[in-house]
Amino acid sequence: MTQQITCINCPVGCRMTVTLDDATKAVLSVEGNTCPRGKNYAIQECTLPLRMITAVVPVANSATPLSVKTASPVPKKRIPDVMNALHGLIVHAPVSIGQVVLPDVCGTGVDIIATRPLT
Amino acid sequence: MTDLQHVDILIIGAGPAGLAAAISAREDGIESLLVLERESQPGGILRQCIHNGFGLHRFKEELTGPEYAQRDIDRARELNIPIECGVTVLSVSPDRIVTCVSPTFGLRRIEAGAVILAMGCRERPRGALCTPGTRCAGIYSAGTAQRFVNLEGFMPGKRVVILGSGDIGLIMARRMTLQGAKVLACVEIMPFSSGLNRNIVQCLQDYDIPLLLSHTVTDIRGKERLESVTVSQVDQHRRPIPGTEQVFSCDTLLLSVGLIPENELSEGAGVQISPATSGAVVSDSFETSVPGVFACGNVLHVHDLVDHVSNESFRAGHAAAAFVRNRSSQPVPQAFIQVKDGAGVRGAVPQKIRPDPVSPVTIMFRPADVYRNATAVVACGDKELLRKKAMIFTPGEMVALDLKPELLRGMASTDTLTVRIE
Repeated sequence: MTQQITCINCPVGCRMTVTLDDATKAVLSVEGNTCPRGKNYAIQECTLPLRMITAVVPVANSATPLSVKTASPVPKKRIPDVMNALHGLIVHAPVSIGQVVLPDVCGTGVDIIATRPLT
Repeated sequence: MTDLQHVDILIIGAGPAGLAAAISAREDGIESLLVLERESQPGGILRQCIHNGFGLHRFKEELTGPEYAQRDIDRARELNIPIECGVTVLSVSPDRIVTCVSPTFGLRRIEAGAVILAMGCRERPRGALCTPGTRCAGIYSAGTAQRFVNLEGFMPGKRVVILGSGDIGLIMARRMTLQGAKVLACVEIMPFSSGLNRNIVQCLQDYDIPLLLSHTVTDIRGKERLESVTVSQVDQHRRPIPGTEQVFSCDTLLLSVGLIPENELSEGAGVQISPATSGAVVSDSFETSVPGVFACGNVLHVHDLVDHVSNESFRAGHAAAAFVRNRSSQPVPQAFIQVKDGAGVRGAVPQKIRPDPVSPVTIMFRPADVYRNATAVVACGDKELLRKKAMIFTPGEMVALDLKPELLRGMASTDTLTVRIE
């Protein structure tokens, strides 16, 4: 089976065709890339696509929410779970920038951290 | 009105441009420095840009907007740079007297040795589009919606159509989706998106949001609140094709249809504005047509990357510091080498270069169209000074060409440089 991938590494935006083994889903070939970064990206996208998630969470006794992010990318298919976990979260001041506000979100092994200081 | 206060350098705006300009001026030893900011906190538009991808060039890592801003805010604090928030500048006079107002001080007049304009840009509003339809609630610029969701904690609507596929529109398509809204389509009048590939993939395709290229909104319906928009395909002249109408039932329309430098203050100061960039005409030291008034960042020309805003503004801060220090000793150049837009080039900045510059000059511009396997050329008559090849030039990505001082040596102020794509 084949999968179409648009490369995101630069403005050229190569359209790549990735051929996968029907049974094992292993990548057999990548075509259409013009550089090695494209090939690596295509393989990653077809095996375990990853995404950073950024969001805001409510702050107790404040109208202004706190901006947060995953400390590293998480599997794309976990985005809905992570967003659900964040919807139930309320943080309390003070929080420093980079501080963990939710450890190991949804068992991904990745922490949710603050992206601004909250005094 | 209180007495006239004096500062050596006054910076209008504490976004990334103003902060970088202030930091570099202070690092050059300027003691008397003041940054005025209209919002309640420094950081500018980065405060609401909570997504990541900022700082790859400058810090070699991907930061969110608030994290990028915090680095400059922290540096400004280390340098004891005074940043006054909640202050609105009302006018700048040609002799650099700045009138401002704030709840704390009321009306104030400040005389500045140099002024750095760093007010950023604003979004093109609905009125600039001439879209027919009713004047109902539920139509926002994408940046306004971003402010509501990310800074004020409100959702502007539930069923959303986005007009324009610039990066802010794409980012908001994902943002609204993650917060529970249904984004029905992103509609783009051009046959290509001006947004980054990364945003098309990660903000639209990841969430199965259709990107309708060569389409536009041709009607807006709703009595109190928006009820539907009509979307039509357009021909190569961007005219709607009858019979292609689709009606989307929605309560929210977000507009991501371009940014315009915010130059009300600049114009009041008598600064010459370029029709190509809608920003000031500047020299390679970022000085406008009004002596001692400098401009940098999105108020000068709209950038795609904040890293470029910071770099440009560091240079503007250095130049303003040099102006303040050398005012009595150095003659102001009366004539400049002119920089003109050639084929395929829009809004080259700076528009003029001092003869025999001592430091490198970076010419930035936006390609007028998509060009594949093309070359950007800087030429003086028949003589080519620089050629830069690329697999692709697109209007969505600004091009920067670095000219070493030796390339410009010996050029006279009667010379004209032309920048073109071939």
